[in-house]
Amino acid sequence: MPLLIKNARIVNADKINDQDRDILLDKGKIIKIAPSIKADNVKSVNASGKLVMPGLIDIHVHFRQPGREDKETIETGSKAAAKGGFTTVMCMPNTNPVIDNGMIVEAILEEARRVGLVNVIPIGAITKGQKDQELVDMFELKQAGCLALSDDGKSVVNSQLMRMALQYSKMVGILLIEHCQDPLLTSGGVMNEGNSSTLLGLKADPGISETVIVARDIELARYLDTQVHLAHMSLRRSVELIRFAKSQGIKVTAEACPHHFTLTDDDVKSFDTNTKVNPPLRTRDDVQAIKEGIKDGTIDCIVTDHAPHTREDKEADFDHAPFGMIGLETSVGLTVTELVDKKILSWPEMVEKMSAAPARIVGLENKGVIKEGADADITIIDPQKEWEVKKEDFVSKSKNSPFIGRKFKGYVEVTIYKGKIVYDG
Amino acid sequence: MSGWSRKDLLDLQTLSQQEIDLILETAKSFKEVSTREVKKVPALRGKTVVSLFIENSTRTRASFELAAKRLSADIINISAGGSSISKGETVLDTARNIEAMNVDAIIVRHSSAGVPNQLAQNLKASIINAGDGCREHPTQALLDMFTIKEKLGKIEGLRVAIIGDILHSRVARSNIWGLTKLGARVTVCGPSTLMPVGIEKMGVQTTSDLGHVIKESDVLMVLRIQLERQRDNFLPSLREYAKQFGINKEKLNQAKKNVLIMHPGPTNRGLELSADVADGEYSVILDQVTNGVAIRMAVLYLLLASA
Repeated sequence: MPLLIKNARIVNADKINDQDRDILLDKGKIIKIAPSIKADNVKSVNASGKLVMPGLIDIHVHFRQPGREDKETIETGSKAAAKGGFTTVMCMPNTNPVIDNGMIVEAILEEARRVGLVNVIPIGAITKGQKDQELVDMFELKQAGCLALSDDGKSVVNSQLMRMALQYSKMVGILLIEHCQDPLLTSGGVMNEGNSSTLLGLKADPGISETVIVARDIELARYLDTQVHLAHMSLRRSVELIRFAKSQGIKVTAEACPHHFTLTDDDVKSFDTNTKVNPPLRTRDDVQAIKEGIKDGTIDCIVTDHAPHTREDKEADFDHAPFGMIGLETSVGLTVTELVDKKILSWPEMVEKMSAAPARIVGLENKGVIKEGADADITIIDPQKEWEVKKEDFVSKSKNSPFIGRKFKGYVEVTIYKGKIVYDG
Repeated sequence: MSGWSRKDLLDLQTLSQQEIDLILETAKSFKEVSTREVKKVPALRGKTVVSLFIENSTRTRASFELAAKRLSADIINISAGGSSISKGETVLDTARNIEAMNVDAIIVRHSSAGVPNQLAQNLKASIINAGDGCREHPTQALLDMFTIKEKLGKIEGLRVAIIGDILHSRVARSNIWGLTKLGARVTVCGPSTLMPVGIEKMGVQTTSDLGHVIKESDVLMVLRIQLERQRDNFLPSLREYAKQFGINKEKLNQAKKNVLIMHPGPTNRGLELSADVADGEYSVILDQVTNGVAIRMAVLYLLLASA
């Protein structure tokens, strides 16, 4: 049945409409946008007072299937995505087995279609088994449906291999996403190296473990004249390196996570293992720089790095607890509260960071925009509604969020995927 | 005894000067107990204490055990090898199981910083930190301060140098918190690679000039150098460390007349401390060990007697 959104205040990346419109969706597409649409036999949604955006896109999540279905599955992850306002998510390949061949990609796509809540696109590995030794068959992964490859969870440490990966991927036409971290410099660190780690006595990861790989990959992209996308940037210095690279015309894009523009390494002092994340929470100055980078375009997009872990796993001591926090259900709240409400981003800029830019970076056509003929993926947000993060409200299978108890502004009211309501808050 | 209200002893960072003084005063009265023919008082009769050591220790464990026994508490020891930790149970789960047997206090040592805090947040039993990662070792610092006070009569105004691997030392951190709260002027001295970022923000001076430190200090607190630091590239060689940062009789010629040589043990003789200095006239290393029992009696008493 067609869906009619009434009184929509449409926000695209280029502007926010000054008048409300009606939007008619049918057969997965946006059919018509007009001041007032009369139609019979349609389901209708009244968006009066709300903001209507192109469906949000998160190009960095972990759904743990196959391998750790006790943490998250494609089904529970899709539910969390829909609740968080996301209509497309790209899931990282550090599953067991690793997503490094066409058959696994197809199996994930098949399960995602069966669930049918959101568009789930697997990201393939760059190296077989993420072992940093041999390249995956990139053409096969692309044909199977991957838009990007990454060894996320770790870097491609071998620089010669990364060079070949970039050179080859340019021919294939598939994006490489780099997790920037030199493991020898990290050396078992579990939090940021700085004043806080000195006080807490935890093994520390110096920021240079990130920036040396950022700098290396910028140089590789320059030399090979190809694109590279840098995952979850966390440091002022990374932002500066990327800003410089962009000023030179080097084809580098970058993403940042909400926790890296809100929390600092001082938040680790509770020893709450939900603050253990990779890259680690950094300093107040880094948080400030990430915000500046998001504002001036150095950071192209916001991703969650949604990393579910069971209570059992997170109940370990800080050294042994796994890295990561969930993020899909708190991303809009954090972005609105920390960036939009504080005038760092306008509403259209938020749409740019959370929908239009990620669509463009990975090459998703017909997404990231509300216009006639585009895909009928839409997120409706109540910009004023305040809400509290509650553990029992998470639909993700895991609850490992350090934001439980925090109050946010900006609430996902309705998520529409392929013209159908997949979440109604 | 009034003035104590905490359930746990987790660190010196959060203790007040008054609380530290109270522990030191309490220890004074308990020290005498250990010199009696019958080394036992009934203060904690009927209390049960478990020491949960998920990291090796000889002296700290023995010291806590003797302290508990001299106060008539029942104590059992659980160490990593014989525990279910090695079977994949988390330390929190292990501690919950121990608490379910109605114990009053758990003394915990763990290689990961923050474990005592995690246990304290989740359990009703008193938690005593016997060393967590590189963070704190509060009873060690308390016994060090007790020893300094005993030997030099005060702490305020003294110049104390902590020498060696500051980066990995929980003894250093606890002593820095405690000594600065009691008014000492603390300098940390060691190789640049073993100096943690921003340590001066804890209110200490930093230097790599041992000669200068020896001349100026009233107390030289020498830390153990872990033999694996060379493997991890923190040091070119242990030989160079001994020459540059080790303390021997010759270097001590420059020291103040009544300088105290301290070491939390176990010592690498000939490496950070030569044998003649370790056993020499300025060394109070064995006094530290003796006082450790008194301090731990005081801590157990303050945490458990009023409860």
